[in-house]
Amino acid sequence: MSAATTSFIDRRTVVDWLGIVPFMIFALMFLIVPTLYLVTGAFFTPDGQFTFKNIADLFTPSIISAYWISIKVSVASSLGGALIGFFLAWAIVLGGVPSWVRSGLLTFSGVASNFAGVPLAFAFLATLGRTGLVTVLLRDWLGFNLYSTGFNILSFFGLTITYMFFQIPLMVLILTPALDGMKKEWREASEILGASTWQYWRMVALPILWPSLMGTTLLLFANAFGAIATAYALTGSSLNIVPILLYAQIRGDVLHNANLGYALALGMIVITGISNLLYILLRMRAERWQK
Amino acid sequence: MKTQKILAWIAIAIGVIYFFVPLIGTFEFSLRMRRGEYSVDAYQSVFSDMQFRETFGFSMVMALLTIVFGMLLVVPTAYWVRLRLPQIRPVIEFITLLPLVIPAIVIVFGYLRLYNSSSWLPFTGSTSGTNALLVLSYITLSLPYMYRAVDTAMRAIDVRTLTEAAEILGAKWPTIMLRCIFPNVMSGVLSGAFITFAIVMGEFTMAALLNRPAFGPYLQLVGANKAYEPAALAVIAFAITWFSMGLLQLVSRFSKMAPSRP
Repeated sequence: MSAATTSFIDRRTVVDWLGIVPFMIFALMFLIVPTLYLVTGAFFTPDGQFTFKNIADLFTPSIISAYWISIKVSVASSLGGALIGFFLAWAIVLGGVPSWVRSGLLTFSGVASNFAGVPLAFAFLATLGRTGLVTVLLRDWLGFNLYSTGFNILSFFGLTITYMFFQIPLMVLILTPALDGMKKEWREASEILGASTWQYWRMVALPILWPSLMGTTLLLFANAFGAIATAYALTGSSLNIVPILLYAQIRGDVLHNANLGYALALGMIVITGISNLLYILLRMRAERWQK
Repeated sequence: MKTQKILAWIAIAIGVIYFFVPLIGTFEFSLRMRRGEYSVDAYQSVFSDMQFRETFGFSMVMALLTIVFGMLLVVPTAYWVRLRLPQIRPVIEFITLLPLVIPAIVIVFGYLRLYNSSSWLPFTGSTSGTNALLVLSYITLSLPYMYRAVDTAMRAIDVRTLTEAAEILGAKWPTIMLRCIFPNVMSGVLSGAFITFAIVMGEFTMAALLNRPAFGPYLQLVGANKAYEPAALAVIAFAITWFSMGLLQLVSRFSKMAPSRP
């Protein structure tokens, strides 16, 4: 390149960067700055003094218990979803079922993983609520009163099985490609070397799959942790999980400290952020074997 | 391998029971409004509710605006990044994935603090401003899906050659965008649009906190006050999701069957 063209290149570079200005402005205004505003707000008092008090105040019993219930529901629904989702994905990839079962399940998973929010809560109320189909059938046919066992759809357990309705399909959708990537040769090689099915899974398949399994479980965890609509429609505000507490705080400052609300939001970002970060790291590890 | 097959079918059976019982339960419940017999009274009650029509229409308009403006933002950006700035693609991809990391309720909390009626940019000061903010929030929510769908479609075409060919034939930028790039990534645009539609129609958090009369908050309100209508609404919502996802599958299958470009 001669010196004469330098200024032309510079101008071109400027034009290049101008092309993504609309997107960057959008991302800054509606994604990054609003989030940073809350994050920084968590470290200030209402009159602008720097403080760690808001963070410390998160460790009061009512807020701690909200985080604890949220974490329990998210862990339970992500582990349950991951387990059942894994077996379903295994069944359609390696279980030798007809191909229409596979395509049917994958299509259904695409729909069900997007069927969340308020209607999902209605569906489970109509099924497992006090007059729901399953509750009534168990009572009329088997004389079994579900609600006398202490079961309640408006509880930790109820919320967990409801969340699993979108967790399982998500696991199936993400894990099926990972299982598809398992090479036949690995299985054949281990069989030739005299490995049993159990040994193959324990020493070959699971070590290769665990980053995908762990990573997807973390993704499911974050997915459940940030969800609010289903829980709110299902339990109103009777189940004290973090998103519902934050919702109440936004509506009516129930914590009587706006900056404590920011700290609550920061806590959510930290938890979903860490699980997503670990997901990305594990995914990079998983891809080593899937080239 | 016999046991393997049996285990596989057991897994499928558990899945089918888990997925279908709630759907059957919801449908059965929605028919129970009239005592002692099945009827479609709950559906009639839903469809004759003025609020249902208004909120459904409102969300529909919001979804369409989200799709149009979202695509006007996403397609040129994805195109430009592929053509001129491939080095910053990881950054853009990271940004588009952020809405999956930051919970929606946190994002809207930030909006309410930054853009309230006493701020420098009072979006929520007027109804039309709040509607605009709602559309912008929906664009944010659907960014991960839209960007990925469009970017995948763009990978299949040779953006550079198409652009150069169009330039040689004397096309200006608007022509290149609207008549070369958009039609060629239509499959991506459509799949992004359908998933956005499904997300926006049922969305609750943003609309409720911005106080807009959308379908999601309406669903919640009915759920808190009525017995059988919620089940009917759940069936309708599930049908909407099926409809959008079905169209999405159709589009992706169709684009796969289209002659592949070298």
